[in-house]
Amino acid sequence: MWLDLSSFALTALGLFFFVAGTAGLLRFPDTFSRLHALTKADNLGLGCVALGVALQAAHWTDVLKLALIWALALLAAGTVAQLVARAALSEPRARKRAGERP
Amino acid sequence: MSGWLGGWLLLCAAGVLATLGAALWRVWRGPARADRMMAAQLVGTGGVAVLLLLAPAQGWAALDVALVLAILAALAAVGFVKASTPDGAGAPEEADAPADPATDSARGDRDVA
Amino acid sequence: MTGTMTGAAALLLDLLLVALVAFAGWAALAGRGVFRAVVFFIAYGLLVALGWVRLGAVNVALAEAAIGAGLTGVLLLATVGRLERAGAARDVPPVRGAAAWVPALAGLGVTGALVWAWFALPLPESPGPALAEALPRSGVENPVTAVLLNFRSWDTLLEAIVLLAALLGVWMLGRDGDWDAPLGLRQHVRPGGVMAGFGRVLPPLGLLVGVWLLWAGADAPGGAFQGGTVLAAVIVVALMAGVATPPGVSALPLRAALVLGPGVFLGAGGVLAALGGGFLTLPEAQAKVVIVAIEAALTLSIAVTLAGLVLGPPTAANGTAEGGAEPNANGPAAGRRA
Repeated sequence: MWLDLSSFALTALGLFFFVAGTAGLLRFPDTFSRLHALTKADNLGLGCVALGVALQAAHWTDVLKLALIWALALLAAGTVAQLVARAALSEPRARKRAGERP
Repeated sequence: MSGWLGGWLLLCAAGVLATLGAALWRVWRGPARADRMMAAQLVGTGGVAVLLLLAPAQGWAALDVALVLAILAALAAVGFVKASTPDGAGAPEEADAPADPATDSARGDRDVA
Repeated sequence: MTGTMTGAAALLLDLLLVALVAFAGWAALAGRGVFRAVVFFIAYGLLVALGWVRLGAVNVALAEAAIGAGLTGVLLLATVGRLERAGAARDVPPVRGAAAWVPALAGLGVTGALVWAWFALPLPESPGPALAEALPRSGVENPVTAVLLNFRSWDTLLEAIVLLAALLGVWMLGRDGDWDAPLGLRQHVRPGGVMAGFGRVLPPLGLLVGVWLLWAGADAPGGAFQGGTVLAAVIVVALMAGVATPPGVSALPLRAALVLGPGVFLGAGGVLAALGGGFLTLPEAQAKVVIVAIEAALTLSIAVTLAGLVLGPPTAANGTAEGGAEPNANGPAAGRRA
């Protein structure tokens, strides 16, 4: 019972962070704030969801997999946010080079 | 796992999926390429969350799909970053001139609107 | 009570998923910008993978996530970048008139026929009586692996060879003078930077996942193609991060890795035929050993082949007309058109 209630609370919290991250993605004024909102809120949400689901796992290997999934997501999100932000800095130049309309 | 929790996890998965709809809108709208690509990353992270939420009901093999999604989404983002460099093989951090971030961030967004 | 709630939640989830898949597919086709279309294609692959999991087809979901969303996405992104560097990227004006509605009608017709066929055909039993009866003799418990590597192993053998032929086709696009050069562009990153670090941290984790998928494939969803694709992704990330330089086409280890899978497959078939069982007719007692050996060899070959397909033909120097890598984003080579 307590396990189920904890699962419920954690997944609900995870959903909240996803909704919050998406609100940022929709409402924030520029590319860099949106990047910022997205990479943090989402991965916090994913962590809560993983923890909530781990409480229902039938086998310890599934818990291990959940931990690995979250670790991978964190690692990728940190790297990708950094690199995409830098790519965005040079984007106007790149698009001019390609001959697209400014 | 009691019955109500199974229903809740599916509902929660539907909720996360709904946020992915908003992310698809951002892919459509842009305006910067980084916006589109990061929104696709959100679809990846959200997709992983949906798979985790489905796992108790659909079988734990869904976690393997989540693992693959997590790795391959990172690959797609690295591919995007590579392709956006001048010769398609560099890294944006190489050219780095971090001297004046204020003007850079202003330019980064507005020029492409 | 809880039953109806679960059913309602499942219905809501499925309807949302269908709507998102349909939107992503439409947006990939309907938009004007090539880049946006590619991003929608990647999102479409991710969502379709979720759909396959909902349908209980985890094997297909794994393949879709790895190939549809991942490797194909990288290939298309690299193509967009290359077209722009060559000054060949153009926005195509939207199609109007008969050129638009004739294909639309044809597509609707095919969809309608498929829907009709779905309702007209009897629902298949899962996994089917013939397969259920034969599965215990296949040596493995995953019905998909049993079909791919035992009952219909001819198809899989030829697929592995087709993949190799595709790579040879890509290599032929290289220039004569570049033939001895390493595969793909010369990658360069900031030493000690974020990308270089990522290229060192991801491979061990990815290797673990890839080998796990191969191992799990005998009895659970997974297998050579899924594991091989994950390993290919790891190889591509490591090479893009400049951890190692790709070999040239004449490197012996590369060639050995490429032919190992098809070679072991053909060899196993030949040995079994010589022993009197017939080409690739696996004896029940040894089936599992043979399948695992073939799958392990295939995984390596698939990983190297797919990575080679993403990297591209041997290239002596980056850029088009100028030649020579230009590591500076503000450099003069960046602005010129070919």
